[in-house]
Amino acid sequence: MSMFTEVIMDYYRNPRNRGQIADAGISAEDTNPLCGDVIQITATAENGKISDIKFDGKGCAISQAAASMLTEHMQGKSVEDVKNINKEDMLKMLNIPISPVRLKCALLGLKVLKMGAYAHLGSELSREEAESL
Amino acid sequence: MSQLTESETDWRSDFPIFKQKVTYLDSAATSQKPLAVIKTLESFYNTTNANIHRGVYQWSAKATELYENSRKLIAKFLNARPWETIFVRNATEGINLVARSWGANLKKGDLIVATVMEHHSNMVPWQELAKRTGATLEYITVTAEGTLDMNSVKELLAKKPKMLAIAQVSNVLGTINPVQEIIKMAHEAGSLVLVDACQSVPHMTVDVRQLDCDFLVFSGHKAFGPTGIGVLYGKETLLRGMEPFLTGGDMIKEVKLEGAKWNDLPWKFEAGTPAIAEAIALGTAIEYLSDKIDAVKNHDEELLAYAMEELQKVPGIMIYGPTNPIDRCGAISFNLADIHAHDLASVLDDNNVAIRSGHHCSMPMMDILKVPATARMSIALYNTKEDVDALITALHEARKVFRL
Repeated sequence: MSMFTEVIMDYYRNPRNRGQIADAGISAEDTNPLCGDVIQITATAENGKISDIKFDGKGCAISQAAASMLTEHMQGKSVEDVKNINKEDMLKMLNIPISPVRLKCALLGLKVLKMGAYAHLGSELSREEAESL
Repeated sequence: MSQLTESETDWRSDFPIFKQKVTYLDSAATSQKPLAVIKTLESFYNTTNANIHRGVYQWSAKATELYENSRKLIAKFLNARPWETIFVRNATEGINLVARSWGANLKKGDLIVATVMEHHSNMVPWQELAKRTGATLEYITVTAEGTLDMNSVKELLAKKPKMLAIAQVSNVLGTINPVQEIIKMAHEAGSLVLVDACQSVPHMTVDVRQLDCDFLVFSGHKAFGPTGIGVLYGKETLLRGMEPFLTGGDMIKEVKLEGAKWNDLPWKFEAGTPAIAEAIALGTAIEYLSDKIDAVKNHDEELLAYAMEELQKVPGIMIYGPTNPIDRCGAISFNLADIHAHDLASVLDDNNVAIRSGHHCSMPMMDILKVPATARMSIALYNTKEDVDALITALHEARKVFRL
């Protein structure tokens, strides 16, 4: 089965929540040197809940579609929840067979979101957790 | 266009891996290995395995003979002398050897010149050498067509560099650089020249005397040999004047507690037990290649021209580098519409077509092309028109998947 399902192509060609939120309380960016993917995530939090979230960036279909799906998934969730989302959750959202070399593309959005959420909560994404992605 | 010779199908059958139905178009990254090379490796370990140069027993004597014979074969192939032909791990190690050993003489204010189209392996060692010595590194630029800007060559040579490092063929663009002409110009300006021949050796005759290069490197695994073995050629007078790169066993003539005397060429630069089986098998690979090199050149040129022609017909294709296939060797870099190169390579992989995608170890070149990555198809003597056709079919498939 190919990674490029109808759903993935739809999110890639018609991305949900693409853009940037000005003066966002949560903001982070990272790159994936393999594909040269860049993902930026900005979000606003009210009473600990994500009230608005957007992604921006450029790169391969997998990284862009995954980030877009993630922003949809996170709408209205608590910032604390971000800590509990793991690799398996992201892969479940994507629902495609990801070859090992493309995992970094699929997980870049989640990594960026975690970086932003941890910073917002006054800490940082640990190396251990980053490695688990 | 003339028909490709029938021998091409014979060559393909020399490579056991092609019993699998995969369209392999990534030979610029590494080539497949003919049965003869695989058999040499197997036979060495089955019948002759022993360390070289030291043992007096039969196996060691035989292993030494095979190792040194391989060197002679490779030297002959390059039109070099055996003692100017040094076994290294790969081109990267060969360049690092020169940058360290020859480069130790550089001083602050000296100039090193490379081209912007170099592989990282022929760029980073010079950057580091410049850092260590205070020398400056400047780059020859490329034209919009992806060929070297000869005005830039002249301007930089006028600054009297000590070394010019240049690929004979670009691994990204496939551009054939006029190295012989540039070497002549460099010598007139008083500069030495190191040629990276990784992408030329598998496709054409490379003659170090005719080129008159001062150093030349290539990796064995790109030329039908095993990984872990490569060759550095250097002019004898230069090699004699250089201190060893690595020190230890085998590279010494005499060791006392106070110090050591270096071995003669080429062993002065071959410290430690080398990749013996791989070196011997590289000799087999070069033997395999050398008796058909002219036919290979024709085959590769024709096939690449065919690939150019067919690729240009694909809607949305963007081809980088020289448009005239005669200025190219072995490789074509391209992108298809707005599809990311890695996505394209993944779709092609779904269709059993193996190409390379990414920056091809040439990140500055990607910046110049203003793309994050390119797809690259590259050929070798075992590829056929059917391989090109399979690529084209898969590209049309990718257009469908990406709704183009």
